[in-house]
Formats: sequence, C-alpha cells, structure tokens
Amino acid sequence: MGDLNALTIAEARDGLRSGAFTAGDLTEACLTAIEGAGALNAFVHHTPEIARAQAAKADQRLSAGEAPALCGIPLGIKDLFCTKGVPGQAGSRILEGFKPGYESTVTRQLWASGAVMLGKLNMDEFAMGSSNETSTYGNAINPWRRGNDDTALTPGGSSGGSAAAVAADLCLAATGTDTGGSIRQPAAFVGITGLKPTYGRCSRWGIIAFASSLDQAGPMTKSVRDAAIMLQEMAGHDPADSTSADLPVPDFEALLTGDIKGKTIGIPKEYRMEGMPDEIEALWAEGRKMLEDAGARMVDISLPHTKYALPAYYVVAPAEASSNLARYDGVRYGYRAKLAQGDGVTEMYEKTRAEGFGAEVKRRVMIGTYVLSAGFYDAYYNRARKVRALIKRDFEEVFAQGVDAILTPATPSAAFGLGEMSEADPVAMYLNDIFTVTVNLAGLPGIAVPAGVDRQGLPLGLQLIGRPWEEGDLLNTAYALEQAAGFVAKPAKWW
Amino acid sequence: MTVDQGTAAKVAKLARIAVEEEALPALADEFNAILGFVEQLNEVDVEGVEPMVSVTPMRLKRREDVVTEGGMADAVLENAPDAREGFFAVPKVVE
Repeated sequence: MGDLNALTIAEARDGLRSGAFTAGDLTEACLTAIEGAGALNAFVHHTPEIARAQAAKADQRLSAGEAPALCGIPLGIKDLFCTKGVPGQAGSRILEGFKPGYESTVTRQLWASGAVMLGKLNMDEFAMGSSNETSTYGNAINPWRRGNDDTALTPGGSSGGSAAAVAADLCLAATGTDTGGSIRQPAAFVGITGLKPTYGRCSRWGIIAFASSLDQAGPMTKSVRDAAIMLQEMAGHDPADSTSADLPVPDFEALLTGDIKGKTIGIPKEYRMEGMPDEIEALWAEGRKMLEDAGARMVDISLPHTKYALPAYYVVAPAEASSNLARYDGVRYGYRAKLAQGDGVTEMYEKTRAEGFGAEVKRRVMIGTYVLSAGFYDAYYNRARKVRALIKRDFEEVFAQGVDAILTPATPSAAFGLGEMSEADPVAMYLNDIFTVTVNLAGLPGIAVPAGVDRQGLPLGLQLIGRPWEEGDLLNTAYALEQAAGFVAKPAKWW
Repeated sequence: MTVDQGTAAKVAKLARIAVEEEALPALADEFNAILGFVEQLNEVDVEGVEPMVSVTPMRLKRREDVVTEGGMADAVLENAPDAREGFFAVPKVVE
C-alpha cells in the first residue's frame, strides 16, 4: 500500500475494516505529511494530541466491530468551525486568542461518526475572498504549479486551506463553507471535489457567520463517493439552527449507481461569458459530450437573470455581514485595541474594529452598512432581494420543465498567481464567483468536479447544479461525470 | 449615486470602524467602484416582485418556553479581553 495519507475516505474505510492498517497508522501518516508541508500554510492550528486520542479510540471501536461511518478517518477543519477548546479565528485578527467553549453541530456529528481531527485550516478572513489572500495567517499556497514555473498560485478561496490540504494529501478530506462559491471555486483550482449542499441541509450552528441566508457547510474530498460519505455525516436537522431542514437524509452513497440514462441536463446559455478562455469553453463542451455519452439528454436552457446574480450578491452578502460582524467589538472575545487616555467605549469599538478587521472585511462591512442605511435600503437592499427572488424563479422554471441538473464551468479561469489580482479593483476579484454565486442565491446544491487540465497543466473543474434537497441525484450525476472525465492527475510534490 | 468623502466618513462612523482622514478619498473610490457595479440591478424589472426573505419557505419551529442553557457566567466570560467580578469590563460609558 502506498502512502496512507493519499487514500480516499472509501479506500481508508475498507483498509481499516480489513485490518490492513490502523487508525493510528493513518493518523500518523497525515501528521507527518502536515509537518512536511509548512510551505503550503494550509494548517494554521495543529491538534496532534486530539488526533492521536481520537485515533486510539477509533482503533478500539474498529476492533470491537462497532465502527461508525467515518471511524478513524483524519479530517481537516476550516477555521470557521468552532471546535471546543481549539483556537478558531475565522482567519481574522479580531478573533486572536479566541477558544470556543462549544462545538459546532457539523463537527460534533463528524466526531460522533468516528472522524479524527488533525487541525484547523487556513481561509480568507471571515470567508470573504476568492484567493485566501485576506487571511490573517498569510496566504495558503496551491500545491499545483504551472509546469516548471515556480510562481506561487492561489488555492482559491475562501476555503483555500481546505483545498490545498486535500489536494496535497495532508488529510483525507476537509470541511468547507460556501457563501458565494467558497467550496466549489477552491475545489476547482486544486483538482478535487467540492459540494455545497442545499441551504438548510447542514446546521450552521457553531459556524462563524458571514451571510446567514447564503452560508452553507459542505465536504471537500478526493472523490464524489467521498463527498457522499462525508455529507451523510454532516447533514441533518438541528434544533439549534432554525433554518436547518427537518427532512430525512437519504443514503447518499447508495444512490451512486453511475446510471444517468434518461436524465435531462441543462446547458444555460447565459453562462457563456464574453471573454471566457477557450479552454474553459472546450472543457464545458467536453463535459456536455461526456454526459450525453453516458445517456443523458442535453438541452439548452435559459436563466435570464444570471447577469444580475453577482451585483445582487454584493448587496445581500455585505448587508448580512455588516449585521453579523457587529458582534466583534472588543468586549466579549478576541482582540481589543489599546486605548488612549480619555478614550470611551465608542473609541474602543472603532479602534478595535479598525485594527482587528482586514481591508476586505472592512470594505464589505461598510458597503453593507451603506446599503442598509436610511434612504438607501429600498434602492439597494430591497431591490437586490427582489432580483434574488427572480434568480430563484429562473431555476424553478427550468426544473419545472423537467431539467434534473445543470452543467456549467466551475470557474472562469484556472488558479491564478498570488498577488496577480492585487492591483485590480475589488470587482475583478468578485468575478471569480460568477458561475457559483447563483446557486447560493437560489439555495440550491452545487458540486465542482475536476474534469481536465489546462495548457499549463493546472486543473479545471465543471459544476453541476441540482434541484433542492436532491443532493443524492446530483452526486450520482457528478459520479457519472467523474467516471467519464477520469481525472487522476496529482500535483508534483515540491514542498 | 456617488459616494463623497463626507458620506464615506458617515458610513465608517455607522459601522464603528475608525478611518483616518487621509484614507477617505480612496475609500470613497472603492465604494463607488462596487456601487457602480451594483447599479446594474436598476435594469431589472422588479415590478410586483416580493423581496426574498428566506430561500426555502419554511415555518419557523416552535419550542417549549423553557430555559435550555444558562448559569455559566464563567464560561461566557472565558474569552473576554477584560472581565471583572463576573462582568465584562469596558471603558467608562457615562460621564
């Protein structure tokens, strides 16, 4: 057997059950890989003692023959999830030193299912960014490079550390969160699978909030099967999150037949963007052919309000962020600025927030404040919510016409170089989410599947969008696409 | 609508984020770039459309009106930058 840390969840599950290796062996392999991968800056808080204790317990359960689904599987956790007693900062200086006294519902469920926690993963500050460059921990680095060129590339964002860690085999899989594309875009940039479930499928309780009507947690994995296995354990109703759905969670893995004969897959004409690179266009056409060859019926569809998704998002998300991030005031947790003689409580708030938040977070909090302020609320915020309703209606109409899933590119380009976008205005960076953000606005499930490489050898992904609550069917279509694409490339180790 | 320096300063104040005077012109420019992008929403006919409240229409669940958690002042104060005698401590609020 090769390196244990390179296994998928499904492979490791089989190996652990057959006794080919122990959870202890598997965990040590990951811890060693993490130790040697400091250059990627993916893990930002390490928890080897927790990992070893959980692995020992997993081995006991395995030998007793009562192993739950993720027994002994080592995972990385995005820094946005609160994990009891382990530092969590959401990639922000303002939460410096914060140790949550509680456990998020999603991670609690993962540990209950036997998973092993390796540590916390780098991310854009408060999940605001598409390149992991807004993190207080510094950039996470993409394990992929452009051929022999050693330019450091972004692993995408905001779940950049999760993406880098899974692609570099530092862990078997990782949690991510997705508000506008933060699971799918980084997954596509590093050649792994990233699933954003239907809004409400996973509890948001204990996940540091960015935009509550859009945020959703999901798995970032080495295969579609692993995404099914991991989502199973993350999902479910939680009384502590009133927006989590009280619906049965189907057996996702059992739905992976690879048979998509007779399924109808839509190709939305509005996703053919002006100036889209040929390689993305070609990959999209190949994906269409792959699904067609697998027996699906491909149809051209129209989602007329697509163009307005990003502008609507950049009103709704900052508005909700400005409200959610009001709690960081230097009183209850994290950073408090040093005050001058005579400073009162208002100066404490203003200095703490000025010093504790990075530039992008401040920008979004202030934009949100502006669009919610008296006189602009109707013109910006209410209008954006109306456009959001129309974007959702577009999807409802195509689903009503019998479309089972929608195929689009995952990103408008391959991974770009760190710093390459720093001169551009903020809007240029926002365009990274152009194909993913509609899905959050409509609350739908979406998955990025690696489907090819560009001329420089960098991975490219395709996105499938499904009907609400039908992650099972979506995963099965993704599974068929994965099998047809046969993407097996791995980054050459340089770190 | 364009944001001038005065408006930028007002927004920063509302958001409780200290912004140096010299940084205001650049901040106003950034606001204008983003709001200019958002302006596109004015092209959409939204006549008669209800603003979305929740992406999945659902009734909020009710629960028994009982105390579920509490009595953990120490745990609540554990992460505070300044806590004294069971309270959060802040600079003087009232003169």
